[in-house]
Amino acid sequence: MATESTGDYETYYVPEKSWLAFSATIGLVLGIYGAASVLNEKTFGDGITSSSVYMLSVGAAILAVTLYSWFSTVIQENRAGMNSAQLKHSYALGMQWFIFSEVMFFFAFFGALFYVRMLAGPWLAGGGEGGAMNALLWQGYEFSWPMASTPQESVGGAGAQLIANNGSFSSPHAFVDPWHLPLYNTLLLLSSSVTVHFAHVALKQGQRSRFNWWLGGTLLLGFAFVLLQIEEYYEAYTELGLTLESGIYGSTFFMLTGFHGFHVCLGAFMLGIQWLRSVRGGHFTADDHFGFEASSWYWHFVDVVWIGLFLFVYII
Amino acid sequence: MGDHHHGPAKGITRWLTTTNHKDIGTMYLWFSFAMFLLGGAFAMVIRAELFQPGLQLIEPAFFNQMTTMHGLIMVFGAIMPAFVGLANWMIPLMIGAPDMALPRMNNWSFWILPFAFAILASSFFMEGGAPNFGWTFYAPLSTTYAPPSVTFFIFGVHILGLSSIMGAINIAATVMNMRAPGMTYMKMPLFVWTWFITAYLLIAVMPVLAGAVTMMLMDIHFGTSFFSAAGGGDPVLFQHIFWFFGHPEVYIIILPGFGVVSQVIPTFSRKRLFGYDSMVYATASIAFLSFIVWAHHMYTVGMPVAGELFFMYATMLIAVPTGVKVFNWISTMWRGAMTFETPMLFAIGFVVLFTMGGFTGLMLAIAPADFQYHDSYFVVAHFHYTMVAGAIFSMTCAVYYWLPKWCGRMYNETLGKTQFWVSFVGFNLTFFPQHFVGLAGMPRRIPDYALQFADFNLMSSVGAFIYGASQLLFLYNVVATIVAGEPVEKEQVWEGAEGLEWTVASPAPYHTFTTPPDVK
Repeated sequence: MATESTGDYETYYVPEKSWLAFSATIGLVLGIYGAASVLNEKTFGDGITSSSVYMLSVGAAILAVTLYSWFSTVIQENRAGMNSAQLKHSYALGMQWFIFSEVMFFFAFFGALFYVRMLAGPWLAGGGEGGAMNALLWQGYEFSWPMASTPQESVGGAGAQLIANNGSFSSPHAFVDPWHLPLYNTLLLLSSSVTVHFAHVALKQGQRSRFNWWLGGTLLLGFAFVLLQIEEYYEAYTELGLTLESGIYGSTFFMLTGFHGFHVCLGAFMLGIQWLRSVRGGHFTADDHFGFEASSWYWHFVDVVWIGLFLFVYII
Repeated sequence: MGDHHHGPAKGITRWLTTTNHKDIGTMYLWFSFAMFLLGGAFAMVIRAELFQPGLQLIEPAFFNQMTTMHGLIMVFGAIMPAFVGLANWMIPLMIGAPDMALPRMNNWSFWILPFAFAILASSFFMEGGAPNFGWTFYAPLSTTYAPPSVTFFIFGVHILGLSSIMGAINIAATVMNMRAPGMTYMKMPLFVWTWFITAYLLIAVMPVLAGAVTMMLMDIHFGTSFFSAAGGGDPVLFQHIFWFFGHPEVYIIILPGFGVVSQVIPTFSRKRLFGYDSMVYATASIAFLSFIVWAHHMYTVGMPVAGELFFMYATMLIAVPTGVKVFNWISTMWRGAMTFETPMLFAIGFVVLFTMGGFTGLMLAIAPADFQYHDSYFVVAHFHYTMVAGAIFSMTCAVYYWLPKWCGRMYNETLGKTQFWVSFVGFNLTFFPQHFVGLAGMPRRIPDYALQFADFNLMSSVGAFIYGASQLLFLYNVVATIVAGEPVEKEQVWEGAEGLEWTVASPAPYHTFTTPPDVK
């Protein structure tokens, strides 16, 4: 069935051994054990202990140092010419599948949003076959989106209804205006997708300084986005009374925009590294710049997620 | 680099630093077997308590921890890592690749697992005990009423998911990019095909599970109300998200098993696999359908009738591609020159018993009938026919089939056959009676039961101990083979076997296919 290959073949580089994976595991495990301890002490204990914080910090530091060293190793290997075209394709596939997994992560939160808005919310208010539930448990609750009152408030607070007694959920007195900060953020992020594309075009034409400028501009747009998002959260908490505890509206609002914001930070961090690599190290050539390309794919992905957010969280 | 290293590093650092797919596969396999014994020990505790009615051995609260941890450890610690280990060992050998596509990340996927399960197991010693809300961890049992160890459980699931996603990305990249020249997609061995589709399912749904546990975390610690109606959320939302992950998950568990059986049956029937193309398309159809059937786990929870009907018909549709597979396996055996070595016995046992599990699944799919079966022992019997007789039998089958290739020594055939028959009898004695008690109304996840169920439960418990003992026999047989088995000289261990893995020496050298073979 099979014979030894006679054609030209570049050897696929398989590193002999590496401490990176084990070290990353230690950092990850210490970090999450510390994080879980911190949260449990906050919620169930008598306050956060310094040993848990210490564990969390040490774990995070080990993980950060390991990942830094991991990525620099990969970059050095590529610059040393050890990566065959086939290996480079493996990295590209890895990144594409990773972005697909990220899409599915957001899918879970969008799914929760649609389920609540289309089904669970109306049922709580007596729609569909939920009439009895509304009459017996949540009398007087009316559903609207954005949510003007929580079921708990409708029945008169946590004490008034046995199954409402698992937290305190108060509705905000005003909502985020989509045509103010969110609109600016949309413009910022959409234009940053364009600028990062211009950077890519410049790089493919071998124009380093144009690449650096366009990528730098993309980063500034990203930073501006994050600043405005912080401003929006600050206003939500201080002026609108919109918090994580504002019932399911606040929950979906902050989790969707928050995870997106976190991904913007991550994407900006990735692009920032690529910018430093180009400006300080002179990395990347017109036909070999996967670190930048992967980061720009990621950037386009967070942009697309934002369009979904702008439509379904802010406008509609 | 530069000069060729042909052997592994020495001592423990070999395992901590390895990038070799065979080393990593071996670690996965041993780890999953250890977890299998741990989860099995919990099952023994459960069956000991259920040996007779009344409370004898353990408190109900501890019983809940046992059922929860049994399920979690078997699904995430035993079956999934076992098949990932198998993928690591076999996929590069089957497609003629020098290693997995991303070897360092491969090692990271593995090493997360032992630590994640150490964290999960440590929750037994925490205040309030281990997770006790069932392996499906429905809210609000897992949020409002959960023990504090739930936080560690949540983070444990997060890193398990990370491990699974990285493992699956690696497998997908390997299959797409590392095939030897000439090996087109439709020439890949079926085990590779089923794993490729499984990898896709894993990457699609593990992030959804991460989303579900993240919402739990927020509800518990940060005052959100995803799963609390008081804030406008819905506990049923949890079930929708969980089962959107959970139903593809059961195919994640069984598809690689389908692949194994599709390798083994042709070998011992000395015929080519019947209907290779239709096997590939059937696998893909099952994967597609698995995304649109999740709410058949939730018929009794409250859903519009249109929803119940949709999920009922979609679920029954899965029987079609699954039936295609079963008929293909039988047609492969038809008029074959069959012999019944241990792997073949497990493969045939798989086909017979998994088909039964499939049929009970069809019964459960029928929404009006399910109102009676729901949450009864009938469900327990159904999914153990798919998980144990499906996944575990096919895994055992795979170990016997490829063990001679892995260690260059032949296992003891008599002992192997003995293990099969003891497993087969023990398994059926355990789970067949559970159909009857379930239909008669015995609920699952309880430490005590009404007197009329006593006889069948006694049989179940005896069967479970027999099945448990058969796994010690398995362990003994594998260790004895590795230490002192009869050496096999040939590359082609089994007369009728086909595939690239049988063109390399036995035991397989540390590095194989550093130059790819040409596949005609």
